[in-house]
Amino acid sequence: MPMPFAEALKTKEFVVTAEVGPPKGVDIQEMLHNIELLKDKVDALNVTDNQSSVMRIGSLPVCKLIKEAGGEPILQMTCRDRNRVALQSELLGAYILGIRNVLALTGDYITVGDHIEAKPVFDLDSVLLVKLIRQMEQGKDFAGNELKGAPKFCVGAIVTPEADPIEPQLLKFEKKIKAGAEFIQTQAIYDLENFKKFMGYARKFDVKILAGIVLLASAGMARFMNANVPGIFVPQELIDELVAAPKGKALEKGIEIAGRMVRQLREEKVCDGVHIMAIGREHLVPEILSAAGM
Amino acid sequence: MIVGHRKPLEEIKSYLDGCERVLVLGCGTCVAVCMAGGEKEVQLLASQLRMAFKEEGKEVLVEEETIQRQCDREYFDTIKNKVEHYDAVLSLACGAGVQMAAELFPKRVVLPGLNTTFIGVAEKEGVWSEKCRACASCLLAETGGICPITICPKGLVNGPCGGTNHGKCEVSKEKDCAWTLIYRRLEGQGRLDKIREIQPAKNYKAQTTPATIVHAAYMEEEA
Repeated sequence: MPMPFAEALKTKEFVVTAEVGPPKGVDIQEMLHNIELLKDKVDALNVTDNQSSVMRIGSLPVCKLIKEAGGEPILQMTCRDRNRVALQSELLGAYILGIRNVLALTGDYITVGDHIEAKPVFDLDSVLLVKLIRQMEQGKDFAGNELKGAPKFCVGAIVTPEADPIEPQLLKFEKKIKAGAEFIQTQAIYDLENFKKFMGYARKFDVKILAGIVLLASAGMARFMNANVPGIFVPQELIDELVAAPKGKALEKGIEIAGRMVRQLREEKVCDGVHIMAIGREHLVPEILSAAGM
Repeated sequence: MIVGHRKPLEEIKSYLDGCERVLVLGCGTCVAVCMAGGEKEVQLLASQLRMAFKEEGKEVLVEEETIQRQCDREYFDTIKNKVEHYDAVLSLACGAGVQMAAELFPKRVVLPGLNTTFIGVAEKEGVWSEKCRACASCLLAETGGICPITICPKGLVNGPCGGTNHGKCEVSKEKDCAWTLIYRRLEGQGRLDKIREIQPAKNYKAQTTPATIVHAAYMEEEA
């Protein structure tokens, strides 16, 4: 059974988290299987909150299932669908269910998802959500009212090191740390030299950085992300490697690439850990870790 | 100004089912400037309706009027008596004007001919863009005169989201990222300190609806 994530961040040289994407619907067999497979191989399982604005099972019940299975969950929480009342209420609820880690995000806009006519909320943003959690820990709600018992969370946020332009992104990164983020998880990174440059800057702050690793399943996926996903840049050499893989072996190559990156980040002590996003292929996370020599 | 956009003819026609006498009522201010509800647009829509009704073999009288402003009671004085002669008034004003007309003529069916879209500016001839959400707690002093509540679809007050890309918005590659614009403007002015501190959460109480404002000089009278 993994130690509390806050402790892992403090005591381990290199932490590993993996993402769990809840399904759309109540058939959770595959998800439970993946949770079982991963819970002891990673330091925490990070559960998405209606990722990409596509309606699914929420993050909180899945975090509870992970807890029951003996894993360490991280509750992803976006500001897209809840105002400050609902955010705080859910945080209190998460705490009484034993959930101790939160990743605060702004959330994708409604129209990128599958309910494009829904009302977007965005009462707060990710910076203010971090601040809100820290205020609740002081025994006060966001409006300054007394809480009957205060929660305590390990709070993270995100950054996009490949954002263009980078300066406004870094301004927000610094605000997240000022608001009280303990760890920062990055958008997928593929260019290690660029990432090292970012780390040269990020090391000035008292915060743990977990590099985002997204498993590449094919050259097509890499090209698609380059064209369509903000802040993701897959260098041409990696695309060439995937193209050169024998027919039907691109995914294996993707696992090898992801493993190689994790290994390099760890051996060269570039950052404090990785967050692996296998997007629908969560069962392959152990293979990525073994390719990384872990 | 307030920018509106005319509703599709079919939708407008469907409102008028069963009407025999219709007044198309234009507004000579904002919606005239944005070429949606002024005198010219009243003429055009009235002609379209006449032709459509004629084609369908319906006898509907469609007449036209345009007043200076539909958001001020006194401008209705000139048409007050005339309105009684119609079953329906099709107002081409913004939503505020339509409601004022409906309030002044409670026995008549007052219908909207436009969708009111935003408070904005004219970019060039025939092009308008949204600039203000009327949030009742203006942030423009902090953000280099660029409104993050309006220009950022998420209304973020503390910097860009992760969806911004090459200065464009996650929602549309055609739209600029408000926070990239704000950053660049303040950088150019040497005033980035304005956005380095954490901006407090937006006070939505300030825009509790419906809002009413009484000018200080008229407070006593109202009380």
